Amino acid sequence: MLARMDAAQAIGDLTEISPQVRQVVAIAADGSVLGSNLTDEALGSRLAEGAGRLARAAEELRPGIHQLEAATLAGSVFVVRDADRTIVATTTPEPTVGLVFYDLKTCLRSIDGTLVPAPAPGPDHQGGEDAAA
Amino acid sequence: MPPRKVFTGFLLAAGSLAGSVLVRRRAARKRERVDLYSADGSMHSFAEGSPEADRLLPIAHELLAAG
Repeated sequence: MLARMDAAQAIGDLTEISPQVRQVVAIAADGSVLGSNLTDEALGSRLAEGAGRLARAAEELRPGIHQLEAATLAGSVFVVRDADRTIVATTTPEPTVGLVFYDLKTCLRSIDGTLVPAPAPGPDHQGGEDAAA
Repeated sequence: MPPRKVFTGFLLAAGSLAGSVLVRRRAARKRERVDLYSADGSMHSFAEGSPEADRLLPIAHELLAAG
């Protein structure tokens, strides 16, 4: 039995291997938060909403954008999109851009498609295969 | 002019040039900018002061301040 990798787990892996990354939020197509490394849910929602505005503004300037970096003196904001998901991350100033993009894409892919073993069902579980695939 | 003086002058000039390049690169890195990457592999970079960056950077500042 298989289930999709949990978004929180994928984001946990990302922040573990990439110390430059501060905050990460994975966002569904409808704008809802799939997962984040933030304890404050309201903050996660604000980041998701802001990332949506940033991506839409970028799309208006240059149609067909699939990733962006906004570099400021206080740090950078990265947004990476695939067909129906978006991931936004803030980083320390002057990050290793290529590495951050690579790690964000890997994280997004792992949330989207990687299958990992699901926890074993309890003794009273009578079937009903997990539809996640 | 003795060859040694010519060589010293050349070294000084090369060092000054290398130093100015490093300073310029460092200064350029410290400027705010937005890089947009298209699906076709192209990238557009907008430095602060351009209309595009002036539209996108405030949103980025807002996100960074939120954290």
